Amino acid sequence: MKIGIDIGSTTIKCVVLDDQGQIIHNSYERHYAMITEKTREAIRGLIEQFHITEPVVCAISGSAGMGLAERAGIPFVQEVYATKVAIGHRLPDTDVVIELGGEDAKILFLKGNLEVRMNGTCAGGTGAFADQMASLMQVSVDEMNELAKEHEKIYSIASRCGVFAKTDIQPLLNQGARKEDISASIFYAIVNQTITGLAQGHPIEGNIVYLGGPLTFMSELRRSFDKTLDCQGICPEDSLHFVALGAAYYAEDKVDLNQALDIIGEQVDFVTDSVLQPLFRNQEEYDAFIERHNQHLVPRKEGIEYKGDAYLGIDSGSTTLKVVLTDEDGSIIFSKYQSNQGKPIDVVRDTLLEMYEQYPEVHIVSGAVTGYGEDMIRNALGVDLGVVETVAHFTAAKYFMPDVEFIIDIGGQDMKCFKIRNGAIDNIFLNEACSSGCGSFLQTFASSLGYPIEEFAQLGLFGDNPVDLGSRCTVFMNSSVKQAQKEGVTVENISAGLSISVIKNALYKVIRVHSADELGKKIVVQGGTFLNDAVLRAFEQEMGVDVIRPDIAGMMGAYGAALYAKQLCNSSPNGTQSGEAATALHSGILTYEELKDFSYEIKSVTCKGCNNHCQLTVNDFGNGRRFIGGNRCEKPVTNKAQDDSLNLYEYKLKLLSEYEPGTGTRGVIGLPMGLNMYEMYPFWHAFFTSLGYQVKMSGFSNRKLYLKGQGTIPSDTVCFPAKMMHGHIQQLIEMGVDVIFYPCMTYNFDEKKGANNYNCAVIAGYPEVIEANTINFGSIKYIADYVGPHAKKDFPGRIQQVLERHLGTFTKKEMKTACQRAYEAYENYMQKIRQQAQSIIAQAREQNKKIIVLAGRPYHVDPEINHGIHKLIAGLGFAVISEDAVASLVPKFKVNLLNQWTYHARLFSAAQYVSEQPDMYLVHLVSFGCGLDAVTTDEARSILEDAGKLYTQIKIDEVTNLGAIKIRLRSLMAAIEQTEEGIHSNGEE
Amino acid sequence: MEKNKTHYRERVKFTLKMKKDYTLLIPEMAPLHFRLIEPILSRQGFKIALMGAEGPEVLQKGLKYVHNDICYPALLITGQMLTAMESGGYDPDKVAMVITQSGGGCRDSNYINLMRKAFEKAGYPNVPFISANIWGLEFNSGINLTPRTLLMALAGMIYGDMIMIVSNQVRPYEVNSGDTEAMIDRWIERLTASFQKGRGFMPKAIERNLQAIGADFAAIPVKKVPKVRVALIGELFLKYSPPGNNHLEEFLAEQDCEVFMPSMLGFGVYKTNGALEDLRLYGGKPLKKLVMKIVMQFLFKVEDLLIRNIESFDCFTAPERVNTLKKRAEGVIGIGNSMGEGWYLAAEMLELADHGYENIVCVQPFGCLPCHVSIKGMMNKVRRIDPRVNAVDIEYDPGATKVNQENRIKLMLAVAKENLN
Repeated sequence: MKIGIDIGSTTIKCVVLDDQGQIIHNSYERHYAMITEKTREAIRGLIEQFHITEPVVCAISGSAGMGLAERAGIPFVQEVYATKVAIGHRLPDTDVVIELGGEDAKILFLKGNLEVRMNGTCAGGTGAFADQMASLMQVSVDEMNELAKEHEKIYSIASRCGVFAKTDIQPLLNQGARKEDISASIFYAIVNQTITGLAQGHPIEGNIVYLGGPLTFMSELRRSFDKTLDCQGICPEDSLHFVALGAAYYAEDKVDLNQALDIIGEQVDFVTDSVLQPLFRNQEEYDAFIERHNQHLVPRKEGIEYKGDAYLGIDSGSTTLKVVLTDEDGSIIFSKYQSNQGKPIDVVRDTLLEMYEQYPEVHIVSGAVTGYGEDMIRNALGVDLGVVETVAHFTAAKYFMPDVEFIIDIGGQDMKCFKIRNGAIDNIFLNEACSSGCGSFLQTFASSLGYPIEEFAQLGLFGDNPVDLGSRCTVFMNSSVKQAQKEGVTVENISAGLSISVIKNALYKVIRVHSADELGKKIVVQGGTFLNDAVLRAFEQEMGVDVIRPDIAGMMGAYGAALYAKQLCNSSPNGTQSGEAATALHSGILTYEELKDFSYEIKSVTCKGCNNHCQLTVNDFGNGRRFIGGNRCEKPVTNKAQDDSLNLYEYKLKLLSEYEPGTGTRGVIGLPMGLNMYEMYPFWHAFFTSLGYQVKMSGFSNRKLYLKGQGTIPSDTVCFPAKMMHGHIQQLIEMGVDVIFYPCMTYNFDEKKGANNYNCAVIAGYPEVIEANTINFGSIKYIADYVGPHAKKDFPGRIQQVLERHLGTFTKKEMKTACQRAYEAYENYMQKIRQQAQSIIAQAREQNKKIIVLAGRPYHVDPEINHGIHKLIAGLGFAVISEDAVASLVPKFKVNLLNQWTYHARLFSAAQYVSEQPDMYLVHLVSFGCGLDAVTTDEARSILEDAGKLYTQIKIDEVTNLGAIKIRLRSLMAAIEQTEEGIHSNGEE
Repeated sequence: MEKNKTHYRERVKFTLKMKKDYTLLIPEMAPLHFRLIEPILSRQGFKIALMGAEGPEVLQKGLKYVHNDICYPALLITGQMLTAMESGGYDPDKVAMVITQSGGGCRDSNYINLMRKAFEKAGYPNVPFISANIWGLEFNSGINLTPRTLLMALAGMIYGDMIMIVSNQVRPYEVNSGDTEAMIDRWIERLTASFQKGRGFMPKAIERNLQAIGADFAAIPVKKVPKVRVALIGELFLKYSPPGNNHLEEFLAEQDCEVFMPSMLGFGVYKTNGALEDLRLYGGKPLKKLVMKIVMQFLFKVEDLLIRNIESFDCFTAPERVNTLKKRAEGVIGIGNSMGEGWYLAAEMLELADHGYENIVCVQPFGCLPCHVSIKGMMNKVRRIDPRVNAVDIEYDPGATKVNQENRIKLMLAVAKENLN
């Protein structure tokens, strides 16, 4: 008899083999992180069932079994290796194994030389991810699988990691996309995550075997793999038990299980190196804390019959929906805080009906809506005003503390912090594309440990030794929690540790604060997450200040919206001041009867307005009222093309697409349009056309192009623009060019702004990555040599050597001419951009428009990389120019860094330039994973802030959801307006 | 917002006056080499101490003051520096920090500036930061190193490499546990004593000593049982710093492996050679080229001195010369790739597989920019060229757990063990 036990991240599996190698017993059970208890149960079960008294052959495998096996003296076999052993016995013809587990994902390549991959520090696309997504849609995993069968279309969902994917799915749900389509899209996201994360450029083909829970239980997931990989994989019998099976096959040594059972049962002294303070030392401390916070109450008149004027505030958040009705004095008459159940319109409608039924004689003067669902709710229900979240929250916070200095709001998926100076929003911090460290994060952990969030938080209050879990991404934290569990840390201390992590993440990662003094002393905290006493306490402890938490912390947005609606009415009694306020004397919100009859229809269509091809969801509310979601510009809404005349990004795209391939006869050169090629294109285009080649470019990026190259990406953590390059290469291969020219460029042009003129390491060396991981060049020549156009004098000679190695001989003269043309074309291109920028600036000033310098890299012009952010900004009424167009306008100056990268030197120069222009603001576009921006961000920020300017950063990745970005930009607008009003009123005094 | 006109701040310089009573703090890396170099520098009047703090507290300090997306070595070292400042062990007004600056296109060229910013925010704006580099960046009058001292330091590095490389090949097989460590101690003592007398750093003396070291270690009684042989390569700091790599060398030894650590000198030669390659690829002033050629000729000689002496013992595997490695890189990755570990790693992997160290742990900071190219980008190709290579890349980050790292290494070892049998 041989026994194999697999202790995975979420389940324990056992297999018993008889002497003929036949399975005579198997089991599969979730362990809910109670690893020692459940392992003992499993072993005891085996002992009893098989009457084990003598030592038996046994081995343990699985990520959670590592330390435990050593302790119990049972041989350990690494789980991927165990899978390989089992496959060798059962399915020896297998080429590739894809095994997804609860929190791990693995691929084994068995053909040729063995290659095994498992997820490292960055994980996504696992069972836990599927669970999370299902719970987001409020269906079971099985139901999700059933739903997916009925899908009609696939949405693109970020595949970098689970947290990002969530950011994509939530808005889809809120916009009313079909659950069938979302379910299927989730499965495809898992497939994409597995391919980019694990295959890392290794082709997946041949006989494919699917193993592990998710692939066993979800037929649609298997189908998605089949379709994407264009194969027919099999999911064998015992697919859940292969690791345990492998451990059993592998096992050779006899172990005394009875003895092992005792050893596992022994209490392990948990040696902690954590130094975190407990949240509360004792009950008295807690009581005092509660008493202090119970003072901040909003006046309420709930339950009392109310007739007369009232103001409505709605906060339609990403996961929750808040409604508040106030009277003239700001007392709350009616309030409700609930989940939006993925269909916010229905929930608002029901809530308003409930409100009308309770207060039939209330007269709503005006209403305002805020949050992600602002536009949709406003259109659907005829709400009078829309207000950006930051302003709504600020309005509410002022009610509790008129001289508030800092507001921090942690909600379900997002985090907003703002500094207030002189009564105006002075600086805004929002969490980036990533939603880790927010409320839903705690919720997820609570439920994965089997607790409701309230109980989980309560447990943390009295944890005597909170565990330090770090402050990074959820995925990282997952394994930290796993490790803590393994070391026997109590749920109390894990809960406390998680609360502390949420706060540290907010303070050090989002706000980047260094000491309490930077926040000021007058702090209001709000958002649903702060209703959690453990989180609140952790914040006070970490910052060493007492803060105000209003009793309606979770509804501050809605409350602020109601107050805002009232303020606007009061400030414009004649309805003359603003168009919006004019309609506000009688609210346009649907009446009780109208709501009763209210219905809507959702259609999903692909916009054909431009080559972005946005997936639109059109909500039709009848009476000509409708709402369109998923759009990146106003075109599908207004039915007319957006005016791009004051948008330098559009100008650049137009300019780049105007280069003709030429009529050269020497052959066709293909240039991949990504990374630095976005700026070098005019140079190489002129160079090669002058030499007599036809020059073709791969075109601008789109989703389809990205997917083409996805399978050849070796590093899942590299920036998205670099990943995109793989698609461009595949595109050129399909186009059938003769030569692909993508040279390595360690150096960029020296623009005399810094100490050196490097490109970043990724740009410099990426052509090598392409060469090493593209296996289908066929007869196409690929040129990736190191070239240095920055060294103008030596360049013609060197490039001739390079080209002659690949393309035959050239005369010195033609080379010299080609180089000359190239430099001219480059200079000409840059010149045009600078000139156009000047003309945009002049026009903007004439039209009294503010100007945003959208500072990124040349490749941020790509529509699939910037996701249309420049259009969004232009749509908000700004003129948009880029950093390279203004960098040359300031003389060289010193920065507190070794200023050695050409693109980043431009960023600093642009920041310096903006700080001298009263009507210009800088928005820094950062690609996720850009290591250099980790160095440059703080410097750019301090250049601007030292000059009294706002710094706004937008992080972009594969994620296509613009919701959070829109809020950030509108907040910036609000801050600009408020600052200006401040200047005006100060001026009048 | 209030305006603040002075954005740029002059750096605090380390002056000759400070040299007398300041302590220079250096992040711990390559402990063995340091034991040899420390006495050389202290003889020149420098007071030196190592910062080797580790643990979540240390990282937390780093995370608090440096941008959280910066690479792991920067976070860890900043944490170590601040821990040292708060330890009470030093007078905060009498310490200076030493940190390397490669001057290349990698982020590490800016560690020093990020750390200055961190120190300013943490309330130590007057601590001088000394850049250790070979390009003459950031001059400090207090760092008055004579050519003699530099030569001695170079000799220290050669000895360190020699002892590290040969001892690693003996220790796992020693019959009497502790023999190898004792021999290391004996040699460090001996070399320190001869440095004190101003001896032991001229080529002839080095040659003699290297031979003696090799002979002494070769004479340690060993029992050669087949063991999994693992090479540890990757990003410079993480490779050599035990706090940086979660004591990876120890972990591998516990797993009953023989661990090969590549020479530090080799990396130095590779790095310096990069400047010459740039001149070759892009052109430049003939004088600069001439100077670089002379420097390289010297370094190649130094390199040869070390390698020749290891090679003279049949029982020891020697690292290859940079020029040999360069040939290995041909057709794999361009020699022009010089940021960070550049072409060196791919060549090293092929080299190691040829010398029986086909099991490779390649360490890198999470999100390291050059590593996207030089490690992750090359792994598939290297394995296509030499299927024997059984490599795993391990990323380090404040959030990365030891469990995951060890699990992945164990997977590599499981494959290695299978190949061994």
